[in-house]
Amino acid sequence: MKKPGERIIEGALAFSGLITILTTVGIIVVLFSESFTFFQQVSIYDFLTDTQWTPLFTQKHYGIMPLLVGTFLTTAIAIATALPIGLTIAIYLSEYANKNFRKTVKPALELLAAVPTVVYGFFALTVVTPFLQSIIPGVGSFNALSAGIVMGIMIIPMISSLSEDALHALPKSLREASFGMGATPFQTAFKVALPAASSGIIVSIILAISRAIGETMVVAIAAGQQPILTFDPRDGVETITAYIVQVSLGDVQHGSIEYKTIYAAGITLFLFTFALNNVSYWVKKKYQEKYE
Amino acid sequence: MSSLKRNRRIDKAFKYVGIGCTMFGLLMLVIFIGNILIDGLQRIDWDFLTNLPSRKAEKSGILTAWTGTAWILALTAMIAIPLGVAAGIYLEEYGKKNRLAAMVEVNIANLAGVPSIIYGLLGLEVFGRLMNLGASLLAGAFTLAILILPILIVATREALKAVPNTLREASYAMGATKWQTIWHQILPAAGGGILTGIILSLSRAMGETAPLIVIGALAYVPFVPKSPMDEFTVLPMQIFNWVSRPQHEFLVNGAAAIIILLLITFIMNGIAVYLRNKWQKKITW
Repeated sequence: MKKPGERIIEGALAFSGLITILTTVGIIVVLFSESFTFFQQVSIYDFLTDTQWTPLFTQKHYGIMPLLVGTFLTTAIAIATALPIGLTIAIYLSEYANKNFRKTVKPALELLAAVPTVVYGFFALTVVTPFLQSIIPGVGSFNALSAGIVMGIMIIPMISSLSEDALHALPKSLREASFGMGATPFQTAFKVALPAASSGIIVSIILAISRAIGETMVVAIAAGQQPILTFDPRDGVETITAYIVQVSLGDVQHGSIEYKTIYAAGITLFLFTFALNNVSYWVKKKYQEKYE
Repeated sequence: MSSLKRNRRIDKAFKYVGIGCTMFGLLMLVIFIGNILIDGLQRIDWDFLTNLPSRKAEKSGILTAWTGTAWILALTAMIAIPLGVAAGIYLEEYGKKNRLAAMVEVNIANLAGVPSIIYGLLGLEVFGRLMNLGASLLAGAFTLAILILPILIVATREALKAVPNTLREASYAMGATKWQTIWHQILPAAGGGILTGIILSLSRAMGETAPLIVIGALAYVPFVPKSPMDEFTVLPMQIFNWVSRPQHEFLVNGAAAIIILLLITFIMNGIAVYLRNKWQKKITW
């Protein structure tokens, strides 16, 4: 039998847990209800197929395409930067480096992840963009390339740390068997360890993509605010997140169509990251017990 | 050349590539901090810390920004810590097998991946409009508290998980109730880990800009906030504002403010790492 005091405490604790569910419900309800009224005025077909996004001009177009392309362009550049470097670091730290080196370097790299994102934006604008302009002709003062690269540097620790954890969790016997067959550490890493830890590594990559899609300050500062449909990384682009920032900084009336566009943009962003997060959760749950 | 030799060479080559990549990451950190120090260090003086923002770059200071950050940190901590720790305790100690706990768990994994700007959209509608808090400190703190809740809960659970079951069993054997066991035995034992999580999550909240922009926090606030209902700005907002201006003098101000922000961030992270190491060393069960 439980004392009544114990029950009250348990109830209070459970309520705190419920807050997280309320948060999710809140996000979904807010995004859906505000975008619902948006889609009463703008057809979903136009939203998805129109190639212009100009809600803040007199000639209004509501095609999400330019923002989506901007988002995926910067994300692709970020992943192209972070994946090879991050994965190599992970393999090096887990398969080659000695324990002490690992112990010092890992926290140092994780420090990169603790830096506020607005600082990365400053870095992209004042260091990386001038550098790119000096080696590549035609790079604008706001461009997708610089923002993407810096975002990549930002998520290197995410990929390296999570992938390293996955590699580190593998049983020793796996590597010993490979070494016993005469394989070099390189062969062991790429033919035995990487495939065995692939689920953890895939999870780290998916989470990195999701992080890059939702990143705001770097792109708002360095990628520009021109929603132009372009695949040229030297041009300025506007991402979904940067658009939301642009509107929020301005003086937009509540209830106006401009105000609702940030919720329409927000729900698009949310659906992408939500899907990616669920895939990563599913991969993790499904494959994690393989070697335990 | 035999394949054996070739394999050894590839192996060696990759080793250097690995060192190179690791160094690249660290080098970026160095370039990064070096560049900011060069730009901003000359600008930092007492006036910079105590001046109000101004139209003129050389007269601008970060008084409103750092007081806003201090307010936000304190309020966010007051809201998030009790909720996060309580939810962590519930999930780890009470609801291991029930459906609510399973749901909350999936949910937390999901929330941790929601972009911070989405929390801003939630905060704008729920705290800003429905609760009528506008763009006040309180609205900002609620938004950031909701944002760091998943991190806090996960950290609390990890810390509780590390406490061995023998401690719980010994306490029950002495006739303690569940809550007595948690309050007097488990929480003190897990305290270091929980504190580490609290500091790291607050450091995260301090660096956030996007959600605060969305709820309508102002870039230009000419006064120091006096109550939780006041409008506010924070250091990252002030930096963003300065960085977005074309004049070089404002960029310098931005660099100087970044030095202050990074200093606080690194100190918080340093304390967290120190606590974690100390806590791990001292207690061996």
